[in-house]
Amino acid sequence: MDFGPFLLLALMEGTVTAAVLALTAVGLSLTFGIMRVVNVAHGEFFMLGAVLAWFVTHWMAGPPWLAFSVALLVCPLIVASVAVLADLLVLKRLNYQPEATIVATIGLLYILQQAALSFFGPDARPVAAPFSFRVQLPWFGYSGYKLCVVLAALAVLALVWLLISRTKIGLVMRATQIDRDMARAFGVNVDNVYAGVFGLGAALAAVAAVLVVPIQQAHYLMGGDPLLLSFIVVIIGGLGSLRGTLVAAVLIGLSDGVISTFFAPTLAKIIATLLVALVLVFRPQGLFGKAAA
Amino acid sequence: MTNELSLTPSRRRVLQGIMGTGALTATGFFPGFAHAQSAAPIRLGFQLHRTGIGASYGRWYERTATAALARINAAGGISGRPVEIQFEDDGTDPARGAEVFGKLATEAGCDLVFGALFSHVVIGTAPRAAELKVPYLVCSEGHHVASGMLNRWTMQPGITDVKSQVQAMAPFVTANLGKKVTMVFPDFAFGHDHRDYFTAAVAAQGGEVIAQIAIPPTETSFTRYFPQIPAETEVLYHVMVGPAVLTFVKEIGEFYGTGAKPQLFGFMDSLEAVDIASPGLEFLEGSHFWEAHPRYKQADASAAETAYRAAVGVDDNGASVTDATDIATYSHMFSVWETLSVIKAGMEASGYQGPDDRAKFIEAVEAMTAFDEGEDHPQGAKTFNGKTHQAFGIQNISKVEGGKLTVVHKTAIEDGMYPDEVDYTTQAL
Repeated sequence: MDFGPFLLLALMEGTVTAAVLALTAVGLSLTFGIMRVVNVAHGEFFMLGAVLAWFVTHWMAGPPWLAFSVALLVCPLIVASVAVLADLLVLKRLNYQPEATIVATIGLLYILQQAALSFFGPDARPVAAPFSFRVQLPWFGYSGYKLCVVLAALAVLALVWLLISRTKIGLVMRATQIDRDMARAFGVNVDNVYAGVFGLGAALAAVAAVLVVPIQQAHYLMGGDPLLLSFIVVIIGGLGSLRGTLVAAVLIGLSDGVISTFFAPTLAKIIATLLVALVLVFRPQGLFGKAAA
Repeated sequence: MTNELSLTPSRRRVLQGIMGTGALTATGFFPGFAHAQSAAPIRLGFQLHRTGIGASYGRWYERTATAALARINAAGGISGRPVEIQFEDDGTDPARGAEVFGKLATEAGCDLVFGALFSHVVIGTAPRAAELKVPYLVCSEGHHVASGMLNRWTMQPGITDVKSQVQAMAPFVTANLGKKVTMVFPDFAFGHDHRDYFTAAVAAQGGEVIAQIAIPPTETSFTRYFPQIPAETEVLYHVMVGPAVLTFVKEIGEFYGTGAKPQLFGFMDSLEAVDIASPGLEFLEGSHFWEAHPRYKQADASAAETAYRAAVGVDDNGASVTDATDIATYSHMFSVWETLSVIKAGMEASGYQGPDDRAKFIEAVEAMTAFDEGEDHPQGAKTFNGKTHQAFGIQNISKVEGGKLTVVHKTAIEDGMYPDEVDYTTQAL
């Protein structure tokens, strides 16, 4: 293949990766930024979204686009409820101590993974895309659905941005992030904010998963890669910085696409991990994070 | 400091403890495993890929083993003794594979262990078999048995190895599809067998492998590998395993779209447990696949094949009789059935009584030379090489026509023969 089309394909693949990654990582970044909880189970919320999407589309009659739309609405809500429950029953009782919550979310990771194995089974199962058309370029064909995933992810990210910067809910969230005690003194119910943020973070992972499942299939072990990449993105972007997370997602997504197409996907992961190490050494607060006081 | 020291037991107490334990053992307080009575059931261990990347194979291997077991017990068991199978999940993981083997062989007291498919699990487990001196009969296709990499306790009597398969089929590929071949294969032992032996076999036919693209078996997205396929490729040879095989073939279809594409020659592994009628796979029409055992019942199917298909619960289209969307791993699972047939024959020929006769069992199987087609070997006749511990059978090349696979070429057993690379019988038992 010539260099031009080769690069085009690499960029297209990278854009899809970046879009899905941005959604997943923003969820992780929110829970860390506002709650200071390192959610190791984030990848399992992603997996749960995909697995639930399979159940919804499998048991619903009607055209694929209808079943998929229902899945896109319902699955994030279910995943968010699971997350809220986990927050109220576990994290809140640990007073959100950093060490304790890491161990607790590791436990949650195993519970969710084994639950999926028990109820969903060990097989990878396909979910039909809501529509299937192929974009036939002169050099290669490309899935039209993949391009729509990018648009959908952008739309959801725009909504998240509006929520945080333009609504009262967002104001309360930001206030809690800046100073939890002061927010409480002003009458903000911090417990509700935390539960909501944990649910929102999980829901974003689930949205990403529902969007990606027609491309990837649902599988009980699919949470590993998104977790690793999200952590990479969040660390590079700066813990808790949404802008940094987005920039890092685009950076990692595109470089992943280009490096893995031109060289090898394993090399792309090596470079991304190396980048994390360099950021931690030379700029521990991340590209856009504020230096620790 | 004083507190910490007081926690350490004194030398005298430790010595007393050791002597006490020794006395108990010497007086037979801990009974050893009682030797099996001759009418007691024969226990076979099954190393099963129930979870992990081999799960779709595992599901069908368990069903096949259960069906084969029922048939053998209905016919009087082995040497008149009933047979039991203990299934243990290895998670398709080499480390767990070796642990599971140890558990089956020692704790569960199984007479032997069989059933593993994935080559990394087999290679990780085989040393344990030699250590414990317990027969390990694999259903793996890998060339690692016949190459001499493993040991005298590991055998593969139920399925032809990859080296033989690809050598038998290369002439068809170069004569009918094209001479410039690009290979896409999983990046672990099984895929490396394909890479090495198919490349050599194509070269022997005057063709050339112009690119080799290795993909990790845990990969979930494949499009980014495809630009490495050179434009002058005449045949795309693909073989893939793992949970994402459907995504793999779908993305090949998306990549080539309606544009020009090379001839496709796939190993059935790329489609095992996947419905050819899945949306997005229409492009496979007219392409060729290797099959060890044809998924769709062919017009000339033997009575033994028909009986086997019914026994394992697979319909004429290769799906479960109870669920048409549950597609079998039909091209591989016969190896479980046939391996159990060999176990029965080997135990009966050696006069197997219990674990003390494990070495006699190995020697009895090594003495075998051929398996006739029939209910014991429904996939077809095979020759068995006792020195290399490897079986050799016929291979099928099928073409996708009207959304179904039809066999267009059958190889002869001789097409897949190669000189011995090892003589396991020279190793001590």
